[in-house]
Amino acid sequence: MVKRQFKIISEAGIHARPATLLVQTATKYNSKVTLEYQGKSVDLKSIMGVMSLGVGHNAKIVINANGDDEKDALNAVSETMEKEGLSK
Amino acid sequence: MTNHSVSVAELVKNTNLNVYYGKEYLDRLITTSDISRPGLELTGYFNYYPANRIQLLGITETSYAKGMANGQLFHVMEHMCQPETPAFVISTKLRPPKELIRAVKTEKIPVLGSELTTSRILSNMTNYLEGKLAERKSIHGVLVDIYGLGVLITGDSGIGKSETALELIKRGHRLIADDRVEVYQQDEHTLIGQAPQILRNLLEIRGIGIIDVMNLFGAGAVRGKTKVDLIIHLVNWSKDAPYDRLGNGNVYKKIFDVKVDQNTIPVKTGRNLAVLIESAAMNYRTRKMGYDVTATFNNNLQKLIQANSKDASYNTSKQKQILRNNKKAIQKNPHLKG
Repeated sequence: MVKRQFKIISEAGIHARPATLLVQTATKYNSKVTLEYQGKSVDLKSIMGVMSLGVGHNAKIVINANGDDEKDALNAVSETMEKEGLSK
Repeated sequence: MTNHSVSVAELVKNTNLNVYYGKEYLDRLITTSDISRPGLELTGYFNYYPANRIQLLGITETSYAKGMANGQLFHVMEHMCQPETPAFVISTKLRPPKELIRAVKTEKIPVLGSELTTSRILSNMTNYLEGKLAERKSIHGVLVDIYGLGVLITGDSGIGKSETALELIKRGHRLIADDRVEVYQQDEHTLIGQAPQILRNLLEIRGIGIIDVMNLFGAGAVRGKTKVDLIIHLVNWSKDAPYDRLGNGNVYKKIFDVKVDQNTIPVKTGRNLAVLIESAAMNYRTRKMGYDVTATFNNNLQKLIQANSKDASYNTSKQKQILRNNKKAIQKNPHLKG
């Protein structure tokens, strides 16, 4: 299992559009990918789950990936986070 | 596809006309929905005479004709009776001029009458003829009436359109057309779909064959035609294709000049398509009624994010404050250290 912590720098937080993109990225991989925020963990492949957290500005989240392509999955998710300006 | 035509008999039946003369000539064909009101023609000006249209005479025309010399009127009327002229219509219960009755005999054109005023019968005939003569397109798909909404299900052959339609019928919805849907534009915003005569009420299910829906499920399970409100496009599930997850896609398909909302639904074992399509139709309906669930959800989400962002900054500043206070306290009272 691999994990990485992110700090959300986007003022708008993880709103509908970036959430959709994160989920789309995670769905491409076989690994189980989860997002942890304030002690709650949701499946990063479930859009309603991700959005239900309402992750805001300055929030700290942890992405976990577990499976045969976990490293690729985590890297891809990190890339999407940066590209969408969610974190550095 | 402009070789459509309507017989005069059909026009008579559908717009409540009576026949003054020429009951046996009613099989003449009408090929255009335009209607001519010959006025200047009565004076002898025939340069732009649209002979292939229905000729509609009202009060003005008949009273002008009354003032004309018999011979001259007959000559003009004869000129108006061309081989392609489908029929004459006299409005407002007026009596057709005798010269007209005499003139139509050569070309065997019927003379019809209406109790309605010229403008009423004109719009009635135009509406009827436009619906009948409009350009038609054949679309591969199934048209079903779901809670009063016309839903056109499209997708590749064998994806399960007819099977889904069958399930929808079992759930109380109505079949309009299976496999081939004939659509035409009624006006700028309305697309009407119906089944070709030969396929009406029929459904073809692989492994069973052709079934007659009206026979099997009753008259309540079928409908002649309906407005096409929504298109549901079925596609095979693919892992990588991005599907509309939130319902903010706003995808249209243009048929003739009408933009029809389209939802693409991926097909996968275990997905009950009938329920999905039913829900899509209801969702479309609520959206049209002014309630957009996606927009409402987005607003709520934004509020939650804002609240969470405030919490986060508040917490960090409070923590910093506590640390600062601690530091000050230690400076004042060094014995507290450790």
